Amino acid sequence: MVYLDNSATTKPCATAIKYINRCLSENWGNPSSLHSLGIDAEQELDKARLVAAKSIGADEKEIFFVSGGSEANNTAVSGTAEALKKRGKRIVISSIEHPSVLNPALSLGKSGFEIVKLHPDKNGVISEQEIFDAVNSDTVLVSLMLVNNELGSIQNIRAAADAIKNASSPALLHCDAVQAYGKLNINVKKLNIDLLSVSGHKIHGPKGIGFLYKSKGVNITPLILGGGQENGLRSGTESLPLISGLRGAIEELPDIDKQLIIQKELWNYAKDRLLSLNDVKINSDDNCSPYILNISILGYRSETILHFLEEREIYVSSGSACSKGQKSYVLSECGLSNKEIDSAIRISFCKNNTKEDIDKLVEAVITAQKVLRRSN
Amino acid sequence: MKEILLIKNGELVLKGLNRFTFEDRLIKNIKNHLFGLGEVKIYKSQSTIYIEPVCDGFDFEEALTRVKQVFGIAAFSRCAVCNKDIDEILKTAPEYLKDEMKGIKTFKVEAKRSDKLFPLTSPQIAKEVGAALLRAYPHLRVDVHNPDKTVTVEIRDYAAYIRAGQIKGAGGLPVGTAGRATVLISGGIDSPVAAYTMAKRGLSINAVHFASPPYTSKRAEMKVKKLLEKVSVYSGTIRLAIVPFTEIQDEISKNCPEEFFTLIMRRIMMRIAEKIAKNYRSEALITGESLGQVASQTLSAIASTDEAVSMPVLRPLIGMDKEEIICISRKIDTFETSILPYEDCCTVFTPKHPKTHPKPGQCSEAEKNLDIEVLIERALTNIDISYINYYAPEEDK
Repeated sequence: MVYLDNSATTKPCATAIKYINRCLSENWGNPSSLHSLGIDAEQELDKARLVAAKSIGADEKEIFFVSGGSEANNTAVSGTAEALKKRGKRIVISSIEHPSVLNPALSLGKSGFEIVKLHPDKNGVISEQEIFDAVNSDTVLVSLMLVNNELGSIQNIRAAADAIKNASSPALLHCDAVQAYGKLNINVKKLNIDLLSVSGHKIHGPKGIGFLYKSKGVNITPLILGGGQENGLRSGTESLPLISGLRGAIEELPDIDKQLIIQKELWNYAKDRLLSLNDVKINSDDNCSPYILNISILGYRSETILHFLEEREIYVSSGSACSKGQKSYVLSECGLSNKEIDSAIRISFCKNNTKEDIDKLVEAVITAQKVLRRSN
Repeated sequence: MKEILLIKNGELVLKGLNRFTFEDRLIKNIKNHLFGLGEVKIYKSQSTIYIEPVCDGFDFEEALTRVKQVFGIAAFSRCAVCNKDIDEILKTAPEYLKDEMKGIKTFKVEAKRSDKLFPLTSPQIAKEVGAALLRAYPHLRVDVHNPDKTVTVEIRDYAAYIRAGQIKGAGGLPVGTAGRATVLISGGIDSPVAAYTMAKRGLSINAVHFASPPYTSKRAEMKVKKLLEKVSVYSGTIRLAIVPFTEIQDEISKNCPEEFFTLIMRRIMMRIAEKIAKNYRSEALITGESLGQVASQTLSAIASTDEAVSMPVLRPLIGMDKEEIICISRKIDTFETSILPYEDCCTVFTPKHPKTHPKPGQCSEAEKNLDIEVLIERALTNIDISYINYYAPEEDK
């Protein structure tokens, strides 16, 4: 199997599975229990929190476990709006955010907030000027994803932090780091980020877990109320098996800088091989994350190519399921033509992919171009 | 209280000498439909069929729902069974008919007895039961001419049966009594409705579906299976043949004029379906074609697909509006599944300007460069057969 759909999900790693099993068969107590079973569980919880905090240069008290990237995003967006609604009404986001940021924002737009959507250039990047122009003293939230999940484009987070300072804005800076965490270096203090979303199943952890980083001194309104776990920000008995699995996945992460070099080489190799084919357009530019490569195999519908590759046990994504008119809004925003969007394929890597995987993919694409009927 | 279901036959009564085969087939179909609900005895007496649970824990309500789905039944009733003892009858009737009696004002009682040894005559039985009901439900009045409900009490050989009112059945003729037919099923709204409509007239259903990987996905096949499951609720087991069609579409696109693509494709599909139908002793094909819906459904287009086969092609939806078809599709619960957007092969090779009014002979001319026999043989050697029945156990599916 050649698995090149790592932006969709990743194969759980051995350490994650080991830790998950341990919390299912042995350390299964409720961390809130006062007896020894609870204390043992709580210790595991604390260990996981420490590991998560260290990975982004934060303090343990700033890490809150949630059910995944979507919940982290929802909590950040809705929680900030609710907490700061008396101080301002503007929310600034990019038009290519993940639906779990866009939809809460749209919903807030319906209840009186002003939603400003910044549009990217053709490479999927929002310009510094646009960010500066949009952030004013009425802004309470700026949410920009660090790495876009379809194109791989990287946003200028530093510019957002500067813009907020410059406008003397009460705004919090939220960063959806679901596609960036574990792949790019993130230090929340250096980047002046107030809120950060991370998802476990994108880094070889289990599904159903993630964390929200919230800077000390920042207050947001919780989404899930109840017994007061996670310091009141996210009630509900902590899912220790999943949290422990996330810990295991973080522990197994490679050295980011070293891996980036290897990854960039692989990305370049893939790009060169694919460019050498006819009718293949590379949509992700050189500044994108080297873990995501979006291309268009012109003349063939993405879904057809997807199934063709799947028959050969090669797995990729068609950006967004392009069935019956559901066009990828991200690629649309970046100005790609309908023909390019209709034939867009997203290739996303993990540390286990090799040059051989790329070769197999390219061979299959060559065959596809020979054998398949071009679409109208 | 012991309850059974009672079926008085509908159209079957008209069938004369064939009645016995029809009745037997109906009983067999009912038995199949009630599979998994528990042990049940089904027997007939005069022109009535009795469905009697013989175990505890028989899911009677579910049985009722399923009997409503069996073709060949105009109406049926649920019926209380008790011993042939007048006191017991007088006690059972008001209790059993509690719900029936509440919503009405007038009623009458009809009594029949086939056991002439029973101490009371039919009129006496009717009088006693009527009196018992009036005592229990004082708001009621007896009206022998135009009652809101008729309570029927029957004294038969082994027991007394009490019932009021009837439940509407699915109508039609028992599946299998009219023979077998093969439906060409896409994943759309029309073909499942066509299959249901013909099953209703007593046809056992086989199905043929054309798949074109990688242009179509496994999800499209799963969708077809789900649709057939819903039809099987009425028609019983459906044998499904999935035919690999990619090679044929490729050959058509290489060797035929573009505006004839869809027409030639449909002609070949009909020919393959006819071959499969003959293999499984079907005597007709069924399609969901309706006049004028899409470019390939003009009269001349339909004539050109008819040209390709010699079997009768049944098109039960030919005179229906889309609205009417959708209405049936909702009734049999296929609509929501039909509108799921998984590509079926009819749309992937669509010509930009399809020929809407082919003249006789034009299609054969357009397909002359194809080696049709060879292509069909090859497709037939790779068909995938499965059996679909909503009520069958998982292992048998």
